[in-house]
Formats: sequence, C-alpha cells, structure tokens
Amino acid sequence: MKQFLSFVRKEFYHVLRDRKTLFILFGMPVVQILIFGFALSNEVKNSKLLVFNQAQDEASAKLINELEVSNYFEIEKVVGSYSEIHQTFKQGDIRLALVIPANFGSDLAHQNKASLQLINDASDPNTATTLNNYVNIIVQDFLAQNYPSAKSPIAILPQTRMLYNPQLQGAPNFVPGVMAMILMLICVMMTAVSIVREKENGTMEVLLVSPFKPILVILSKAFPYLLLSLVNVTSILLLSVYLLDLPIQGNIFMLYAVSTLFIITCLSIGILISVLTNSQQVAMLISLMGMMLPALLFSGFMFPIENMPLPLQVISNIVPSKWYYIMVKGIMIKGLGISSLLKETGVLVFITTVVLIISIKKFKIRLA
Amino acid sequence: MFAVEAKELSKVYGKEKTIAVDAVSFSVKQGELFGLIGPDGAGKSSIFRMLTTLLLPDGGEASVAGLDIIKDYKEIRKRLGYMPGKFSLYADLTVEENLNFFATVFGTTIEENYHLIKDIYVQLEPFKNRRAGKLSGGMKQKLALCCALIHKPEVLFLDEPTTGVDPVSRKEFWEMLKRLKLQGISILVSTPYMDEAALCDKIALIQGGKILSIDTPSAIVEAFPSNLFALKGPSMYTLLQATNNCPMVEHAYAFGEYAHVILREKEQSPDALLAYLVEKDFTALEIKRIVPSIEDCFIRLLR
Repeated sequence: MKQFLSFVRKEFYHVLRDRKTLFILFGMPVVQILIFGFALSNEVKNSKLLVFNQAQDEASAKLINELEVSNYFEIEKVVGSYSEIHQTFKQGDIRLALVIPANFGSDLAHQNKASLQLINDASDPNTATTLNNYVNIIVQDFLAQNYPSAKSPIAILPQTRMLYNPQLQGAPNFVPGVMAMILMLICVMMTAVSIVREKENGTMEVLLVSPFKPILVILSKAFPYLLLSLVNVTSILLLSVYLLDLPIQGNIFMLYAVSTLFIITCLSIGILISVLTNSQQVAMLISLMGMMLPALLFSGFMFPIENMPLPLQVISNIVPSKWYYIMVKGIMIKGLGISSLLKETGVLVFITTVVLIISIKKFKIRLA
Repeated sequence: MFAVEAKELSKVYGKEKTIAVDAVSFSVKQGELFGLIGPDGAGKSSIFRMLTTLLLPDGGEASVAGLDIIKDYKEIRKRLGYMPGKFSLYADLTVEENLNFFATVFGTTIEENYHLIKDIYVQLEPFKNRRAGKLSGGMKQKLALCCALIHKPEVLFLDEPTTGVDPVSRKEFWEMLKRLKLQGISILVSTPYMDEAALCDKIALIQGGKILSIDTPSAIVEAFPSNLFALKGPSMYTLLQATNNCPMVEHAYAFGEYAHVILREKEQSPDALLAYLVEKDFTALEIKRIVPSIEDCFIRLLR
C-alpha cells in the first residue's frame, strides 16, 4: 500500500510539473464547454427583423413589442414601402421582414381574423424555417393573450410540448457529449502515453527489476488520472450548471458513479494501448484516431445513430462513449434513475472487464 | 554458491537470427567485482538483461544468487540491484524524490540503508532539490547507483556505468565500487573502457557475443608474450605500413601517439627491426619495451 501511494505521488509530480500538459488537462474541458456553449450554437438568436407597419394601430404596436422582447429578434428598422424592404434585403443585413397590413387591429377586433406577411431570406433554408416557427409561436401567444375569442381557421391544431428541453437549447445535447469526449481523451491518451513514456525512458526496465508487481505499476499509473478526470467532471458540471443554466435533473451521486465507471473503462483502454505499443507517438496516434474519432462519430452526440446504415449502428455498440452519453443524458437531462440505465451500465462493465483481461494477459513482465 | 553463474547462455534477435550472445559461460564469486569488457555491440547489455530477468535466453541457463533466472525471476528481482546503460531515472523528479521513490518501491527507506549509499550520497546532497534531468553526467550516474543500492541488493548489475562520464568522476565511481565490494556485495559491471578492466577482480573479454578470455586482469596481462614494443617516429601511417611488412613483426597497430609492435620471436631485441626501418629511410625513430595493457591483450585476442 505504501508502495502504491508513493507511486501515485510520483505520478502526480509528473503531471503537476509538466505545465503544458496540465494546462491542456484542465483548460480543455473549460474551453470546450465555452466553445460549444457560446460559439458553436445551432440556436438562432437576435435575428435582424424589418417591419413595414401599414396599420400603425395599438394591436400592431403590441405585436411588434412582443417580437422585440423575445430573445430571437431585434428590430433593425421600420420602413414605409415594399421597395425599401427589397433594398434592405439586398444589403444582406436582415433575415426576415414582417408586413402588417392596414386595418390589422380593426380586422382582428371585428372579424376575429387578420393576416400578416412574412418575407424570408431563404438562402439559408434551415434558418428561414426556424425563424418562421419563432414568429408563429409568438403570434399564437399574442393571440391567446389579447384575443382569446379569436378562432384559428384550422380545425386541428397540434399542441406540441418539448419534453426535457422546452426551450430547445443546445446545452442539454452537447454537455453530455463534451463530457464523454473529454474523459475519453484524457483517460485513454494520458494513461497510454504516460505508461509508454516509462518504456521509452527506460524507467520501466528499472521498475520491472523490482519487487513491485507489474500490474501494480499499471494500476498506480491509472489511479491519478481517475482523480484528475473526476476533477474535470466536476468543472464541466459546475460550468454547465452555473454558466449554461443547465440544472442536473437526476441524482448527482449517480452521475458521478456512472462517470467513474466510464473513466475506468477509458483507463483500461489506455492501459491496453500502452501494453501493445512501444512509442509515445504511436500510443498518441492510436488514442486519437482509434478512440477520439469513434467517440465523436458513434456516440450520437454529433450524428444521430438511428440514421446510420445498419453495420455502423452495430459498430456503435462497442463504442463506450455511446453508452456513457446515453447515461449522462438520462441522468442529467431526463432525471432517470439507475433502474432505467441497467443495460448501459452492464455494457460498460462488460467492455471494461474484457479490455482489462486482455491487457493483463498481454502485459509483458519482461522486455521482449 | 556463486553470485552469478551463466552456462552456455545464448540470445538470438529478430527474424534474421542475429546472434547477440553466443553460448557464454562465466561465474562471479560472492563479493567479487567482475568486469565484462568489450566494445559496443559485443552483447554486454543482452547478457545483463538476461541475468536481470528482463529477457529470456534462447539457450543455456543461468542463476543469480543461486536462483534460476527463468523460474525464480520474482525472487531474483527482490535481491538484485540493476543500473541500466541508459539513464533511467525520472528527469522531472528531484534527486531526493527519485531516491525516496525507489526506496519505497523496494519496500525500504533511505534511513534504513543510508550507510550503503552514504559515501555517494554526501556528494549528491548539495543538489538534493535539483531535478535529476538537470544533473551532470557523473552526478546522474551516482544517483542511479544510489537508487540501485538503496535496497541493499546481494548482487549489483551495472551496465556501462561510466560511459559518458568525465575521467575524474569515472575514477571516483570505481573507488565507490571497491568500497561496495568490501561490504560483501557481488558486482557485475560492463565497460567499453579497457583502462577500467585493471580495477576488476576478474574480467571477461567479450567480442561479437563470444567470450575471448576470462581471468584476473594480471593473469591476462601475464599471458601476453613479453615482446611488445612501443615505436614512435615521424609519419606514423607509412611507418606502421612498413613495420607490418617486416618479416620479423607479428603485428603492429596504432596505439595513441605510438605504434605497438609485437615481434614474432620471443626474446628478440628490437635492434633488427630498427635496422630494417632505417634501411627503408625512416629517421628519428624511438623504440622501447613496454608492459602490455589489457587493451593490447584484447587486440591480440581479436586477431
């Protein structure tokens, strides 16, 4: 035990004295959360809106106000003719123009019915559709609040409810994804590289010729990274709760428990890579190409697995990050209990066991 | 019981079946300082790695401290101290942290065996908070020796401990080895430096994976026929060629600023050779009878 602790302390010295690695280790999760949270967002916010208000009455002013107070629109300018609308579109500043016809308010009040015209810049069709939906939702709200007697001409009106993420934010999707990616990267690559470094530096030779059990060498190498990864999990969770306003719905201890399980899975993969390779470069390449890429492609975080051809769907089952991603999403966003995640837990335990058995079998107690 | 005993030990590498160690047999007595002397690529490190249980031999058998290197590798690893040829400590850990780490790994403490490393460690003490990677070559080797000694091994394996170390530090290092020997530790050391061979109790000259000769350094020197001369003159290259062409010369080779010449006949005087060379228009020649060094013996054995 004393040997183990001394080994772990030595490992911490290595990590803490290597400033660059340390920076990557703790900087990366923060940077990724910030990038995904604020820069790479598929939400459409603060779109520039142009208004041509022919009505100039109370009702139209109220509607415009509703649009403006929402986060989605920003009124760029108010114009007085169609030709001005086209001109502004050509300048490329605005995405959407709203034309309110004359008699808008009186039509609504007397006929319970009025029309609006929306002119879209459809050069980016997805954005155009999204913006249309936003306007529709706001108009429905406006109607419901001000003209409860107004009847929709359509008989069937779908009442949509967005479960777990009513505002359709991006964060609930990418936070679990980033967690899976970061843990995969740190645990697999760092462990693999740090063990292989001992081989390259020749210190493994000295360690092998010692009463220290070889398997303990490996375990004490992995242990510090387990702790460091848990620190990273904490920092990601803190950022997502306090910066991205993403509350943790489920049990936080369970979230840590499944994270620990996933970290152990990754560490055992890292150990396997280190057992099979002899140079830091090879270990790093295998971790990046062989682990990071599948983690990105097959976790379901960037591309939906359901849309993939069957062979790829089958392959995705052996990617641990897929299962972790499902679990984190389940616990963090949906607030699920462990009983709903037994299958995922089982798969991770199975992968870990298999990988660990292979690496112990393959571990060389000699040099060659 | 021998501290180290190797019988017909062999090692073959790769698909081309390169023979690195070819049926090597030798034994190291308890408390003996045994040197493996040979140039780079002679197979010294391979022998060390087999004896330290890091490599499996392809033929033959060996024992360390009476234990079989294949069967009892776990027990051997507790009893031997090994210092690899390459600097193998943690460069980003300080001197003290390195020593502490290796002491704990071997289940001991610095205090417990301080008497063993005291002589060496006092020199390192002023730098104990310095990172090992920032030490000079000689200091690194001293630290590595401390780390290999900290668990009081029965047998010490030192693979080229003085390579890349300045002459003064090399001398100090060998004095330390002598003191360790007095404490009853058997030492197997390898070196490419012939001058260090004379400091061993017994040496094995090794080349191309084969042992050429095993004996005490003095016995090896004595076995050399006493007709070795050092010859000096202008234009050494042509002088060496002419000397080698002389029928009474067995072999002549460059040795520092001199040419060493072995004559064919045992008790022959060098006068005939001088006369021969003067006839070939060589002037200002200087010749003297010398006592052979280990290197002379090695060169002769290589032929």
